[in-house]
Amino acid sequence: MTAVVSGTVIRLARKSVFGRRRGVLLVVLPVVLLGLSLLIRVLVGSDPDAARHTLQALGLVVVTPLVALLATTGVLSPEIDDGSIAYLLAKPVPRSRIVLSKLVVALGCVVAFAALPTLLAGLLMRASEPRLGLAYAVGSLVAGAAYCAVFAVLSVLTRHAVVVGLIYLLVWESLLGGILDGVRWLSITRWGTAIAAPVSGLPLSPTLGATYAAIATAVVIVGATWLTVWRLRGFNLTGDE
Amino acid sequence: MSVLRLDHVSRWYGNVVAVNDVSMTIGPGVTGLLGPNGAGKSTLIALMSGFLAPSTGTVTLDGDPLWRNESVYRRIGLVPEREALFDYLTGREFVVANAELHGLADPGAAAAAALALVEMTEPQDRAISTYSKGMRQRVKMASALVHEPAVLLLDEPFNGMDPRQRIHLMELLRTMGADGRTVLFSSHILEEVEQVARQIEVVVAGRHAASGDFGAIRRLMTDRPNRFVLRSSDDRRLAGALLTDPSVRGVRLRAEGGLELEASDFGRFSMALPRLAREGGIRLLEVTPSDESLESVFAYLVAS
Repeated sequence: MTAVVSGTVIRLARKSVFGRRRGVLLVVLPVVLLGLSLLIRVLVGSDPDAARHTLQALGLVVVTPLVALLATTGVLSPEIDDGSIAYLLAKPVPRSRIVLSKLVVALGCVVAFAALPTLLAGLLMRASEPRLGLAYAVGSLVAGAAYCAVFAVLSVLTRHAVVVGLIYLLVWESLLGGILDGVRWLSITRWGTAIAAPVSGLPLSPTLGATYAAIATAVVIVGATWLTVWRLRGFNLTGDE
Repeated sequence: MSVLRLDHVSRWYGNVVAVNDVSMTIGPGVTGLLGPNGAGKSTLIALMSGFLAPSTGTVTLDGDPLWRNESVYRRIGLVPEREALFDYLTGREFVVANAELHGLADPGAAAAAALALVEMTEPQDRAISTYSKGMRQRVKMASALVHEPAVLLLDEPFNGMDPRQRIHLMELLRTMGADGRTVLFSSHILEEVEQVARQIEVVVAGRHAASGDFGAIRRLMTDRPNRFVLRSSDDRRLAGALLTDPSVRGVRLRAEGGLELEASDFGRFSMALPRLAREGGIRLLEVTPSDESLESVFAYLVAS
């Protein structure tokens, strides 16, 4: 009974993600990434800049957060919306175990549909430079974990977690993150790039250190997970609030 | 033997008071929580199942607080009103998952026993998405019973059940109550409640309106003054004749025609009215109860 995660909750969460339409979307995203990488390889050849831009702009900025968003809201939002999460909560199971089990499934999706495809895309475009793909895969995994934690909080805070998550990604991470350099201090994607930099051996993130990025990511993961557990401990079945 | 205790519990949402200073003790046996829709029954069940914090007061199970205390679920089985289930699972997978989450030694056997108890063995391998309303209700019951809880809380459990399933569930609840379990179910239908529960708690507009044996509640509900609107061939003479009968408390001639009448003893009045009309040679054109809605019955209970 001291297990950190519950095999039953993991099994249910896995079925929940793949038993719905969003399971298909999860597969489409990496297919697009790999398809585009193949196209670049064929049309442009083994070009380091094209590869780096594709891994950054498509892999880290688009595919990773979207996979995290779809997977995390997929294991939490529908059950909270329709109240069926009560069947998990009306059990003598610590709420932390329920949240961590669901996050394990979401993180598994990030590995399978974002980090691994990023690695493959890197190898496809730059077979001669495997460290580039590996670096972005690590960045994708770490950023993906932070995104999962953030979207888990959104799922327990609002019924519109997907919409709020999309707006956050579009406005903060993509739009403002692209215009204002100061956003880098508070941008999960930029942290992911900073963590990828030392692995790649390239100056991918000249203005943000990997140490800061790693600490910031860890703080977000722990803080957001704790907040999710805390909210779920006070779950209201009536949903009148 | 488990006892649920609410002590001066109120719950409000902003300016809206959902439950207003309710104190009640739910002990072993079957208790019916009766009240019109929107009276606060679901809020009370949420409070009793640890899914809502009281704004003031305390809710305890055998002395343990329910809010933010997941260990109480070893003793509680909950059947929520909402129909949503894990539609992508089969009935058996769902009940087995519930058994596993309770940490039972043999989840498969416990699930099989619970499904048999609610007569869901045959369709257990079909996806829940294909189930009818009654089947969903029964699979919810099985999930709540799988760990043989000391306390069973059911929110409007008879909704959507056909008469045969209803009778079966009533029997099941009676058996569980007779076994010494604490069973509480909510309903807005008096007839439904009195068929199963000896003890009835009535809530109206968030207040605890009445509590007691079903016979006492039934008397409270039927012995209240009844109001009727009558139209006849001679309203004024009928009014005079009716006032001679002790079952009639008052009659008023309405400006738009007809009579407004209040009867204190419904049984006696229903016999007296046709007799008096016949004796006076008065033809009754209309007899309409003007306050028969459940809400008015409950409103009377609150006032008394």
